[in-house]
Amino acid sequence: MVQPLGYLKETASQTAGPYVHIGCTPNFTGIHGVYETDLGSGSMINDQTRGERITIRGHVYDGAGTALKDALIEIWQADAEGLYNSPSEIRGKADPNFFGWARCPGDMATGEFVFETIKPGRVPFRDGRLMAPHVNFWIVARGINIGLNTRMYFSDEEAANGEDPILSRIEHRVRVPTLIGKREGDTVTFDIHLQGDNETIFFDV
Amino acid sequence: MKNTPPETTPFFARDRDMHPPAYTPWYKTTVLRSPQRALISFEGTISEITGPVFGHSIINEFDNDLLANYAKPGEGPIGERILVHGRALDERGIGIGGALVEFWQANAGGRYRHKKETYLAPLDPNFGGFGRTITDENGFYWFKTVRPGAYPWPNGVNDWRPAHIHFSVFGHGFAQRLITQMYFEGDPMIWKCPIVKTIPDEEAIKRLIAPLDMNATIPHDMRAYKFDIVLRGRRSTLFENRMEGN
Repeated sequence: MVQPLGYLKETASQTAGPYVHIGCTPNFTGIHGVYETDLGSGSMINDQTRGERITIRGHVYDGAGTALKDALIEIWQADAEGLYNSPSEIRGKADPNFFGWARCPGDMATGEFVFETIKPGRVPFRDGRLMAPHVNFWIVARGINIGLNTRMYFSDEEAANGEDPILSRIEHRVRVPTLIGKREGDTVTFDIHLQGDNETIFFDV
Repeated sequence: MKNTPPETTPFFARDRDMHPPAYTPWYKTTVLRSPQRALISFEGTISEITGPVFGHSIINEFDNDLLANYAKPGEGPIGERILVHGRALDERGIGIGGALVEFWQANAGGRYRHKKETYLAPLDPNFGGFGRTITDENGFYWFKTVRPGAYPWPNGVNDWRPAHIHFSVFGHGFAQRLITQMYFEGDPMIWKCPIVKTIPDEEAIKRLIAPLDMNATIPHDMRAYKFDIVLRGRRSTLFENRMEGN
């Protein structure tokens, strides 16, 4: 016999289900008067936020190519200087006018999600090398048993993407474009494919 | 939150044997919504070990009282009054303070207040079915509600969800983000549910079942159920002024 390690087990995930909006975005589903606004809704920026304004748009597609109408998408990103607004960020103080987290339900008719944000700065990898600018995504929905983690990189950061420690370790290079948001003007389009030839790379992090 | 240094270490590797796999065809919606390729694993970077922290300023007085937060003055929802309480911990057993916990559920008749809900059970005019709270410095939380009803759902021709409450939990890092469901001790529907059965490990299912807690029951008012939530732990760091590891 040895001593027990004594670790607890993580609580198992269960699907967010079709009614995730009730708990996370009640105003979006027409329940008003309890929360003034839905947490994480609206623009992520104000007049004082530093950085380049961008709009991220996209859809989440299932294996039949149909856009999910009931997904909930959350993003988490660094500020324009590459600092996260989090107590665990000890490299410096992030822009106080940028929270860095937002939540958007896919539109009930079209499935589109939209985030009004800024382009994040570069953040170091564990060994100090800089990662390319990226936005962290977490996707839940009915039929998704455990939330899916992925990242959106930027098509106008070819050089930085080329030396990114995460992107460069992906064996199947043909899949790397699934992580690149396509920038046109101030809009970055990032479609997420749950299955199929263009299945988005999801991470176990 | 406790006056301890923020933790900056990566999380333990996720034990995915405890979690449902993506593809569970008896829960039909997963068939077209499950990634087919292997996840790409890497140890958390700053992007994963950091996460948003929500202040108490977002919380209203009745956000953790579902008996009151949607009810007309002097009225209340129909159903069995219950207190749900517990603790958010990490895999090291350390309480997670300042964690935002959101919850939503059907009413006592099994009906959700949602645009796309079609079950014939009636809406309760005094029940919204959702709330939120922030854990105290030791990770404890509680809220008041009614016990939700079971309801049928379109999967097989006669599938019913056991009574359950959905939980969304934020820890201190974005990689701890978790959505799950709490079930009730003694409910025979639990072991018939295709969504419960997506979890391959029986012990992991049992950890989602909240026991009746008579000690926390409020006499002549409401019974209590206890539901602890464990989020991923992280490697401990030795701090110069705080010589303790795990």
